[in-house]
Amino acid sequence: MAAGRIRRAALLTVALWAGAALADPALDARAQALGEQLRCLVCQNETVAASHAELAQDLRAQIREQLAAGRSDAEVRDFMVARYGEFVLYRPPWSARTGLLWLGPFAALLAAVVLLVRRNRRPAPPPALSEADWRRAQRLLDEPRSPP
Amino acid sequence: MRRFVWPLLVFLALVGLLGAGLQRDPRDVPSPLVGRAAPTFELPLLAAAPATPATLSSQSLRGQVWVVNVWASWCVACQAEHPVLIDLARQAGVPVIGLNYKDQPAAASAWLARHGNPYRATVQDSAGRVGLDFGVYGVPETYVIDRAGVIRLKHTGPLTPEAVQQRVLPLLRELAPGAG
Repeated sequence: MAAGRIRRAALLTVALWAGAALADPALDARAQALGEQLRCLVCQNETVAASHAELAQDLRAQIREQLAAGRSDAEVRDFMVARYGEFVLYRPPWSARTGLLWLGPFAALLAAVVLLVRRNRRPAPPPALSEADWRRAQRLLDEPRSPP
Repeated sequence: MRRFVWPLLVFLALVGLLGAGLQRDPRDVPSPLVGRAAPTFELPLLAAAPATPATLSSQSLRGQVWVVNVWASWCVACQAEHPVLIDLARQAGVPVIGLNYKDQPAAASAWLARHGNPYRATVQDSAGRVGLDFGVYGVPETYVIDRAGVIRLKHTGPLTPEAVQQRVLPLLRELAPGAG
């Protein structure tokens, strides 16, 4: 009896899901886009949209349900952040805590450029020859070479 | 030789940073719910007589310190955790509530009969809704909730004797002096 109830519930879920997918492609696209921005916490390098983990399936259902209820994308994101922290966002928000994360690569690039420029700066021109040195150089150059 | 000093220092700093990063557990995501009010729920009790569909609401636990442990009969790590949890329930002096997450009632009851029941009460979260509100992502998980209904601690993954002795029990003693 319990199995029958579960099967009915499963069928109903599938039907609702399929129905929702058929009924509103725009909502579908929004749910998909949101799922791609969220991290699945079970398999941390996959998005909620791509993961087959059960938690990801639940979260996809949750996203869809909330969107169908008229919530905005931002509200759904906030819902997830409230439960799992900013870690669920693949694109971390701008804040004092994430400043280093966002600016770090640029700072490293800038530092590298500064270092390179300083290294490759042309060496200072040699000091001008004094009159005496000049004459001596001239003399050495003008000297006929001794035959080998 | 002096020209190698700076690159070497930078390299060593990087090794230190990455080495420290390797010591951390990437699965341990800090929960934003710690320090916030615990989600409310009203769920059917496991093993309630079918004629009287009794439920337990989080409201009825207000005013006391309690522990909620998220578990399931399909969860292998829960089995490993179970002896530790039984120990904790014995020492805690506060109610330990089981949140049976996405499970079949019959399988859950059988599991408890086999492994022992440390819970003051177990509620069924068959759809995983309440688990979602608690931010559950890996069963088992354990939460400590204070008198005001605020989550004070979250432990993701199986409880270890060290975690119980060093984190859970000291917190319980602090929150509910005299209970333990």
